[in-house]
Amino acid sequence: MGSTNSTLSKIPNAGDLMQETGFSPAHIVRLYDRYKALDKDKKGHLCPQDFGAIKELAMNPISDRIIGAFFSSGQEVLDFPSFVRILAHFRPVDKNRPKDPNSPEHINSRSNKLKFIFQLYDQDKDGKISRQELLQVLRTMLEKQVTEEQLESIADRTIQEADLDRDDAISFDEFRKSMEKVNIEHKMSIRFLR
Amino acid sequence: MLICTWLLLVCSVGETAADLYVKGASVPPEPSRTPSRSSPEEYGNPGSAVARSAEAPAPTAEDGASPRHGGGYRIVQWEWSYVQTPYIIALWLLVASVAKILFHFSQRFTTLVPESCVLILLGLVLGGIVLFASKKQLYQLDPGLFFLFLLPTIVGDAGYFMPARLFFDNLGAILMYAVVGTLWNAFCTGFCLYGVKLAGVIDDRVEAGLMDFLLFGALISAVDPVAVIAVFEEVHVNEMLFIIVFGESLLNDAVTVVLYKVYISFVEVGPGNVHTADYFKGVVSFLVVSLGGTLVGLVFAMILAFVTRFTKRVRIMEPLLVFLLVYLAYLTAELFSLSAILSMTFCGLGCNKYVEANISQKSRTTVKYTMKTLASIAETIIFIFLGISAVDKSKWAWDTGLIVCTLIFIFVFRAIGVAGQTWILNKFRLVPLDKIDQVVMSYGGLRGAVAFALVVLLDGGQVKAKDYFVAATIVVVFFTVMFQGLTIKPLVTWLKVPRSTNRKPTVNEEIHERAFDHILAAVEDIAGLNGYHHWRDKWEHFDRNYLSKMLMRKSVYGKSELWEACQKINIRDAISVIDQGGNVLTSARLSLPSMVSRASFPEVTNVTNYLRENGSGVCLDLQAIDTNPGAKVEEETETHRVLAGNLYKPRRRYQAHYSRHFMTVRDQERQEREVFQRNMRSRLESFKSTQYKRHKKDRSQKKRKGSDAKEQDANDKPRRNVSWHDKDPVVVPLESEEEMGEHSEKEEDVGIVFVARKTSETPKERPSSVSAALEVCQSPSVAPPSPTCGEKNLPWKGGVGVLPPCVSVEATKIIPVDLQQAWNQSISSLESLSSPPVPQEPQHPRVSALSRLGGPLRPAAAGQGGSGTGPTPLTSRQFQFPGGKEEEESALSLHLQEVQPLMSSMRPPSSTTQIPGKRRNPRMYLRSLVTTPPSAREPKSRGPTQL
Repeated sequence: MGSTNSTLSKIPNAGDLMQETGFSPAHIVRLYDRYKALDKDKKGHLCPQDFGAIKELAMNPISDRIIGAFFSSGQEVLDFPSFVRILAHFRPVDKNRPKDPNSPEHINSRSNKLKFIFQLYDQDKDGKISRQELLQVLRTMLEKQVTEEQLESIADRTIQEADLDRDDAISFDEFRKSMEKVNIEHKMSIRFLR
Repeated sequence: MLICTWLLLVCSVGETAADLYVKGASVPPEPSRTPSRSSPEEYGNPGSAVARSAEAPAPTAEDGASPRHGGGYRIVQWEWSYVQTPYIIALWLLVASVAKILFHFSQRFTTLVPESCVLILLGLVLGGIVLFASKKQLYQLDPGLFFLFLLPTIVGDAGYFMPARLFFDNLGAILMYAVVGTLWNAFCTGFCLYGVKLAGVIDDRVEAGLMDFLLFGALISAVDPVAVIAVFEEVHVNEMLFIIVFGESLLNDAVTVVLYKVYISFVEVGPGNVHTADYFKGVVSFLVVSLGGTLVGLVFAMILAFVTRFTKRVRIMEPLLVFLLVYLAYLTAELFSLSAILSMTFCGLGCNKYVEANISQKSRTTVKYTMKTLASIAETIIFIFLGISAVDKSKWAWDTGLIVCTLIFIFVFRAIGVAGQTWILNKFRLVPLDKIDQVVMSYGGLRGAVAFALVVLLDGGQVKAKDYFVAATIVVVFFTVMFQGLTIKPLVTWLKVPRSTNRKPTVNEEIHERAFDHILAAVEDIAGLNGYHHWRDKWEHFDRNYLSKMLMRKSVYGKSELWEACQKINIRDAISVIDQGGNVLTSARLSLPSMVSRASFPEVTNVTNYLRENGSGVCLDLQAIDTNPGAKVEEETETHRVLAGNLYKPRRRYQAHYSRHFMTVRDQERQEREVFQRNMRSRLESFKSTQYKRHKKDRSQKKRKGSDAKEQDANDKPRRNVSWHDKDPVVVPLESEEEMGEHSEKEEDVGIVFVARKTSETPKERPSSVSAALEVCQSPSVAPPSPTCGEKNLPWKGGVGVLPPCVSVEATKIIPVDLQQAWNQSISSLESLSSPPVPQEPQHPRVSALSRLGGPLRPAAAGQGGSGTGPTPLTSRQFQFPGGKEEEESALSLHLQEVQPLMSSMRPPSSTTQIPGKRRNPRMYLRSLVTTPPSAREPKSRGPTQL
């Protein structure tokens, strides 16, 4: 514990970060180590190339989108707090954590998790998943085995299913509705080792 | 119930008869006056006498029988000894099935009482009857029978249909409970019973030392898969809870097997002679048994998957291969005394993905149905026999202390064990198991037939207290299955345990959840956690790049799971739209039930049925199939009808049907029918007045409905398309003839309008040039509804997966002229039937092969004879060699695949249509259907008697 505390003290704003994200000190220290390991050039921030260097990620069909989500606000660099905040989306929801009505929703809340997924689809950030955007995702996820025609039929089908206002696009509300019955809290969580 | 008792009486009477037979055989028979007769018939006679005087005392029956020996040739003979074993087995299966049927008569009763309870009770009653009838217990749950036949069917089903994703998601917990939990239960129960024994609670008559109690603890502590499936399937707890308890019950087999064997060897050598090394051997043995079993299972899974890659031309073998290899996995593990259950579970689990992708849709349905049927009947038999075995008082001895202590200990230690392990597990689990889950898990720790079979297997010489242990085991099993099984449902309701939902995922969910997997794997990579998703991702890469490539057919390998899933959902929606009376073809943007607004639609039972049958999603229930709320035939056809028209191209993999077997008959029939009807409708109008009298009523009904003929048009079209989809249930040709008649009847009323429609809808599919169109509609009309074997195998029939050949407008205009002539000709030439359709170029080898093909049909028609359709002298000779015919068929069928399209283009239309003209006679067609199968079967049926 002593080592954890001493490392923790080196991390800027660790306390606020923990408060905000709900990560434990051990988590923060661990993530900080990872952050530094990713930052190969010791430049103090991460850039998309650093993520590209993770070789497991190269196999992931939608890795560029996920990396893109880390650099969502258009900037080219990612500092540690943003890094942690984004990872915090995937923290499991804990029932015991007191919910302060005044404070904003936790980062790992259901709707925030959904928002994170939604923005992966919505690349042009117009608040809607257009048919084209969906097709792009599908194309990457389905690899090359499926013909374009089939892809389109899936996409049409998906939009038709979720689209309530008949504008040929899925808005966030529609997206949330379509995922209503899915246990997002479980399915969009990973276990961060202590 | 009455039927059951009756059957049982028959059984036991048969048994006594068999005893008599043995006696009769040993005693030299009375001097008989029929020396020429061989002995078996003579020996059969006493039995028949017994049967006639069923309730009469045995000895008199034999006396009464002997004078009959002089009767010369006996018309009816009693061959009980010959059929005894299969007969008794069949009767038992019948008893079990009838019991099941009766049980499910009352809906209210079924929801209250689990089936297993009733079956055990029934077993008790039946056991009582047998005991009463024959003074000794004839039947009991024989461990050999149980481990070699009954258990594998259940485990095979469980393994093959195990929801793999769910299983591996919870693998940690499952392993923990299976290994640690079982060890904990076994040791604690064993030691505590020994302690209680020392304390004097257990009677002194129970001669058992520490090792005996540990042995007993080992066999009584394992949660039983059979009992768990039987009880949990009716409770419908959420999937996670189910898979944990269920997985535990399967995986703890290794622990049980090893503990059991180790203790038995310890008991044999005596506790004093056990060295420290032996304990280590035990641990090593555990590793070998569990890992070895798993490995054997996985190896067989690979073999099975690999073999099914090459069954394209012998689809009919696919289900058998699945059963065989899964069963072989079990037997092989038994052979090396590894954990057979583990082996089978992992074989099923491992092969499922590849096998399901490789085999045809029909095979999938067959595998599913057969597995469920077998498992269900095996389960029923197990529970009935458990009940029966309990009646046998000679087998067990009662000791209240032992029994009560055992009950208390297993319950208490199960609860403690679950609580302790969950506490540890929750530190690591993403989804913690809460208190309610733990209660259900500890309460769901049911013991069952495995424990009973193991305890019966004990050697009474070595384990002095065997009889007491048997009694204790029986009571424990009965208590857990009956009491806990009965109360777990109210408990679950009371605790508000989340139930499983039968909802199928929508396309959106399907896609997004797939995305989740990728996202989570990526995030784990970024966060530097080599967690579950990381490894799963790696595995999927390995699977995709190597395993699937090796184990899946090339045609299937390209398919994406996501695409398949969407396809399924599409089909489902199409069905439900039709169920709600919509018309898929006309509504371009209909609101689909799996949309968000779905709530407004009631869940259509039909849809779920359909999906179950098509093996979509995982089916946790052993009896999911049974619970079909009476799917009517009409509904079925309704669903099938919709399928084709509005959906995408059927999958390639279902298209290959070149092999000769009866399954393809239908496909081909329907297609024939289609083209036949399309072209011949007008001709048939005149024809049916004479031939279709028996369908008159039908037709008049149709006519009444004539007002919505337009709509029927649209509906009728897809049905024919679907008809030769693989999704059809297998129908014996004999049955389909009736349907065939009706179908053509229906189609007639539709009118020719729909031909034009069809064309306009799919113009691009077919070239519209006249000659091409001619060929399209001609070629099937070469093969009118007479199911010669060759026609079954026409390549464009089995093989074509796109919409059926469409008739262009030109074709309908042109063809009838020729056909009219042909029809007239054929009618007039009905008497000259005997002259075979002479091909244009007889010297051509392929063509001559075709001409030979006429053979199988003609004998069939001639076999009926006398109905005024001119039997031929030619045919009778061929009819005498039914055995040879099959081989010929197979050879021919291959030929024909090549020949048929060729022929159709070679012949001028008028000459080709001449042949159908003759064969079109529906009566002849029916007859050929009726008569052909028996002729093929004849040699087989003769087999046993020759033996």
